[in-house]
Amino acid sequence: MTAIDPTAHLTAEQIEELGRELDAIRDEVIAGRGEKDAAYIRKVISAQRKLELVSRGVLLFSIFPPAWLIGTAGLSVAKIMDNMEIGHNILHGQWDWMRDPKIHSTTWEWDHVSPSEQWKHSHNELHHTYTNVIGKDNDLGYGIMRVDEDQRWHPFHLGQPLWNFINACFFEYGIAAYDLELGKNLHKRRRNNPEFRARAKAVGRKIRKQVLKDYVIHPLLSGPSFLPTLAATFTANLVRNIWSHSVIMCGHFPEGVQVFERRSIKGETRGQWYLRQMMGSANISGSRAMHFMTGNLSHQIEHHLFPDLPSNRYAEVAVKVRALFEKYELEYVTGPLPKQVFSAWRKVFRLSLPNRKPKVKTPDREQELVAA
Amino acid sequence: MTSAALRSRAWKLLEMVTTPLLPSDYLDLVSPLRAGADLRGRIEAVLPETDDAATVVIRPGRGWRGHTAGQYVRIGVDVDGVRLWRAYSITSPTHRQDGRVTITVKAIPDGKVSNHLVRRARPGTLIQLDQPTGDFVLPQAKPAKVLYLTAGSGITPVMGMLRDIELDDAVMVHCAPQPYDVIFRNELHDLVADKKLRLTEVHTDTDGMLDIGRLDELVPDWAERETWACGPAGLLDAAEEHWTEHGVRERLHTERFRPGIVVAGEGGEVTFSATGRTVDADGATPLLDVGEEAGVLMPSGCRMGICFGCVTPLKAGAVRDLRTGEITEAEPGVLIQTCVSAAAGPCDIER
Ligand code: FES
Repeated sequence: MTAIDPTAHLTAEQIEELGRELDAIRDEVIAGRGEKDAAYIRKVISAQRKLELVSRGVLLFSIFPPAWLIGTAGLSVAKIMDNMEIGHNILHGQWDWMRDPKIHSTTWEWDHVSPSEQWKHSHNELHHTYTNVIGKDNDLGYGIMRVDEDQRWHPFHLGQPLWNFINACFFEYGIAAYDLELGKNLHKRRRNNPEFRARAKAVGRKIRKQVLKDYVIHPLLSGPSFLPTLAATFTANLVRNIWSHSVIMCGHFPEGVQVFERRSIKGETRGQWYLRQMMGSANISGSRAMHFMTGNLSHQIEHHLFPDLPSNRYAEVAVKVRALFEKYELEYVTGPLPKQVFSAWRKVFRLSLPNRKPKVKTPDREQELVAA
Repeated sequence: MTSAALRSRAWKLLEMVTTPLLPSDYLDLVSPLRAGADLRGRIEAVLPETDDAATVVIRPGRGWRGHTAGQYVRIGVDVDGVRLWRAYSITSPTHRQDGRVTITVKAIPDGKVSNHLVRRARPGTLIQLDQPTGDFVLPQAKPAKVLYLTAGSGITPVMGMLRDIELDDAVMVHCAPQPYDVIFRNELHDLVADKKLRLTEVHTDTDGMLDIGRLDELVPDWAERETWACGPAGLLDAAEEHWTEHGVRERLHTERFRPGIVVAGEGGEVTFSATGRTVDADGATPLLDVGEEAGVLMPSGCRMGICFGCVTPLKAGAVRDLRTGEITEAEPGVLIQTCVSAAAGPCDIER
């Protein structure tokens, strides 16, 4: 619903054909899933655990600055791996086909203050089903920001660059609050809803465990390195939060990404659903290490088309998906991380102010202007 | 404080250190077979027996409780990255010195696990184990006269018994297509040479299927013997009928390898076992809708296969993935997405 609809040139038949071509890409990957993929995720999980163990071990001596630096760097990477390539993707059911109860969407718990169960609901279900539909997909600005011209401006938005920065630093808490729909649920009437209270309790329990581990137990175990270890864990959490926030901002906020009106998804066909995912997401280009550290969310477009395909396959899928974008003359929004982050932030700043000019210049209105 | 209480305290503390994972998640990295771990085993060797059968030597984890001759074990093997569970009889004796156990597997046509174990499994591979189980075992007091009636891989539990205890009077009738298909043939013939066993081989390719009526001539005193029979359903059905007819049914002990064969078709009767409701479903309606229609409380989310909010155990039968057409059969631990699965024959959903 941005000024010019970039999909206007497609006929209904073309959109369905596009859907069938995407289904074929999906089927091919599913048919080819196997031992190599299983070995991949097991290797990543084992590497993450070893890295975390070693880093925490090094931090026992973090009173020595080099140990602090190495341990903090290692722990930051381990936490990023846990949340991105491992947690996010397992919780999407990407590895459920292995039938390994230890690597399964129904059993996995991650190093994050939002319990897996709640996150799966708000992310997998609400965000992935209603991607970029205003009023339905709360990921659009997380309910605290205005990220599209079509969202109504409110003086509250003047502060949104600041909110966004704070949200980046404490991103996991932001997500937990968001999964709880705190804004909506803190109203007097809803606050006492037993279902909400149970969920709030679960979050409280998770936060307690996480905080106890990071800021009490491990520092205590470090003895004389108590304070440096505390600082190290805080830093690692900060790094992980800012990193994941940046990556996730790049997924749907950069310039060129479309948002949709609530009524536009009524009776949506499979082809139209796919098309919305294509137009509502953006990628990050970069090296393999870059893709790995983003949990392959650098392939956000592919991930949104096929959220349950194993993440290690997105790179090969991307080649075919991109060819479809070209075939159907659609814009594949992608770019290096700094460019995408900058683009997303610029939007945050721009939209903290009310729209400058009327967003749609219909011919009628132009005539009126001329007439006036 | 008792030492058990102390240990549980210490464990609680460890859990605080490793949260949200468990201490075992880290210990598994270095010592997957340790005591207290989920029971696993490591394949140490795969020894060919016949063209299509092999003995797999397994070192079980420390939690292994040991077996009784004739029992089977369920093992979970990753085939093409997918964990599949099957049951196999244990063929090693109970007193094996090195603590290993063996199973002997015959590759059946299209058998995913059996072919994998016979032809592709490599030493060093970890597998999942259950504790051994089954009541196809000899009684505490040695029976005076025994008949073993076996066919094909039905020999395996009996081999476990033969290797375990020596009996005074044991007779075996074993069926296999050809002499070279007889698993453990050399060992059986050694037992015969040592006069520890009397053996009749029925080669079904040349002799035809065993006619149970022929038992009178092969083992004249069969009705006086405690009998252990293991083989395909046809043989066991015939034996059960024969023993019943002669009023000696209580002397016959049978072991069936495959209790139920899943028939995959289009639609079928769906049981929601937690709710106790059964309804007819066609092969095109998602089980989520079928359940809701029947008033069963079904978890759901996106209803289009992307959120994994509807994942539910499939306890029996088979379902078809409406997107790919892929059939999933019930096995312990198999979970399905009800919003994109339809009944492929009768099935049981745990809701
Ligand atoms: S309801 Fe979302 S996957 Fe089934």
